[in-house]
Amino acid sequence: MQGGVAHVMDFVATVVIEVLYAIASLALISIGLAIIFGMMRVINFAHGEFLMLGGYAAVLPTHIGINLWFSMLVIAPVSVGLFGIFIERLIIRPLYGRIVETVLATWGLSLLLIGVVSSVIGFYQEGAAPPFGSVQVGAYHISIYTFFVIAVTAAILVGVYLFLKFTHYGLIAQGTMQNAAMASALGVNVDRVYAVTFGLGAALSGLAGAILAPISGITPITGITYIAKAFIVVVAGGVTVLAGTTVAAGLFGSISQLVTFATTPIIGEVALLATAIVLLRLLPQGITGRFFRSGL
Amino acid sequence: MTLGNMNKVGPAAVALCGLALAFALPNFVEVFVLVDLTAYIVMAILALSLALVWGYAGILCFGQSAFFGIGGYAYVLAAMNLGESTVPLLIGVALPMIFAAVLGYFLFYGRVGDIYLGVITLCVSLIFYNLVNSMSGTEYKIGSVPIGGHNGIPGVPPINLPGHPALQLGYQGTFQLSLIVLVFVYVGLHLLLASKFGRVVISIRHNELRTELLGYDARLYKLIVFVIGAGIAGIAGILFANWGSFIGPTVFSILFSAQIIIWIMVGGLGTLLGAMGGAFVIQWLNTLLGTTKIADPNIVLGAIFIVFVLLVPRGVQPKLLDFIRLLARRTVDRDGEASVTNHGKM
Repeated sequence: MQGGVAHVMDFVATVVIEVLYAIASLALISIGLAIIFGMMRVINFAHGEFLMLGGYAAVLPTHIGINLWFSMLVIAPVSVGLFGIFIERLIIRPLYGRIVETVLATWGLSLLLIGVVSSVIGFYQEGAAPPFGSVQVGAYHISIYTFFVIAVTAAILVGVYLFLKFTHYGLIAQGTMQNAAMASALGVNVDRVYAVTFGLGAALSGLAGAILAPISGITPITGITYIAKAFIVVVAGGVTVLAGTTVAAGLFGSISQLVTFATTPIIGEVALLATAIVLLRLLPQGITGRFFRSGL
Repeated sequence: MTLGNMNKVGPAAVALCGLALAFALPNFVEVFVLVDLTAYIVMAILALSLALVWGYAGILCFGQSAFFGIGGYAYVLAAMNLGESTVPLLIGVALPMIFAAVLGYFLFYGRVGDIYLGVITLCVSLIFYNLVNSMSGTEYKIGSVPIGGHNGIPGVPPINLPGHPALQLGYQGTFQLSLIVLVFVYVGLHLLLASKFGRVVISIRHNELRTELLGYDARLYKLIVFVIGAGIAGIAGILFANWGSFIGPTVFSILFSAQIIIWIMVGGLGTLLGAMGGAFVIQWLNTLLGTTKIADPNIVLGAIFIVFVLLVPRGVQPKLLDFIRLLARRTVDRDGEASVTNHGKM
């Protein structure tokens, strides 16, 4: 009897951790996209490739003896962030205000990056062994890296909140998000705000790709496996970066992970998409378009 | 001939040329050329479906390949179960239309914004890709036919004459059927767009609010266009499965979805001929890159995509028409001047 209860408790604990992990990884792969969308109303179709580049930037330096933690937490976000600023200048800025064209141009960029990376690096899988071992919960093993992903995601969300809420630049960014024309009239250099925001979004995408690389490996088309989920989270979340991403990731992460327990991960994805479509019928501006209008 | 007349005479001439080619070409060229051309023709039909939905109705559908794939898969699964093709043809057209009606209801009646709609439709096709890709075990089958996962379904039987399962189309027959279907779709869309319904659809793209204030329900019109587009994409999917006697999950892939968008971008939004031309040129280029390995097709397609968005956002056909109009105006001006001076002399 005692053993049975303990067993059920272990199972519940495992499910809770898995659901938390599903929510965290959804938020992690979406936050960079959400920041760019919240600021410029543009869905960056090359987002998956930013994740992919982040993964390579984390894994490739380890081959020449650079510490994985350093390449993952420093090299990946910095290099992808700089790349994002470069892309913003080259492709995004000439199309300001033309949202559909911007989206299409980033889609072209996505194809281009897949092509270039598969030509230069090749089409085999790169990877790094996930650091840490695993911890035993009753009869179940949970990788310690799972807890690391949850912790890093929480840290990123809190960091973005503090940045937007308490820094000078954060205030300017918020103002530009709410009314770019007014911000410009008050002397804000909107072009620069956009460039920095795009770079920041790209850097967080690179970091996310780097953190996920040891778990799922990395190929030139790795990005494609993430984008459907990231797009759905951002679109359903709406333009409010933090609240939207957190609420949407919480909702979709729970639903897809619970369905995954009952069936397969693919059916979990289908459930995620179906929920999003029904939700958009009810709340066409996304969840936060209705409930968190003036929040972050 | 004025440009106004050309708008009516042009489509008829294109249609006649198409029909003439369908019957004449098999006498002049090798079978493998016909097979290659058939693939391009099928892609042109798919391009027309998005030309209607995006180019004329302004519905930003990034996942037109979903309807193409659903049509293809529905037809293949039905045909291999039933052992003939007439009922499966109907299923292959009807199923994407039904799916589009359900999806479109949520999107249009929720008044979901442009970008949201594009992203959701793309996600639909991506998730179909993952779903079909994962169904590789023997437990995944419809009737007696396994879905085959990432291997797809080979050995699709050709289309047969209604009621005569033994009378099947060969390579030449498939070519002729595809070209005739293309001509019918092209003419049909011209008639549709020239009708009152079509004019309302175009006016919704220009100004949705104003059209609604005039009493037209934009949601319903968009939904109908979306469903018609899905049906045309379904037809293309059926013909595609027939062309290679194969269907696989890559029909749902993001690369394929991107290609359809590129055809329309290159040909020109709001054109039918341009969309078909775009499909022909890009597919030809794709085949060329695939066989010669000069450069990765993704690099070339991505570069073309970016260049067109940045530099030629309206596509090739409108640019060409501008150029022709410019030439025409110059000639008219010169004639006008000439006649005035002649009068003066008299």
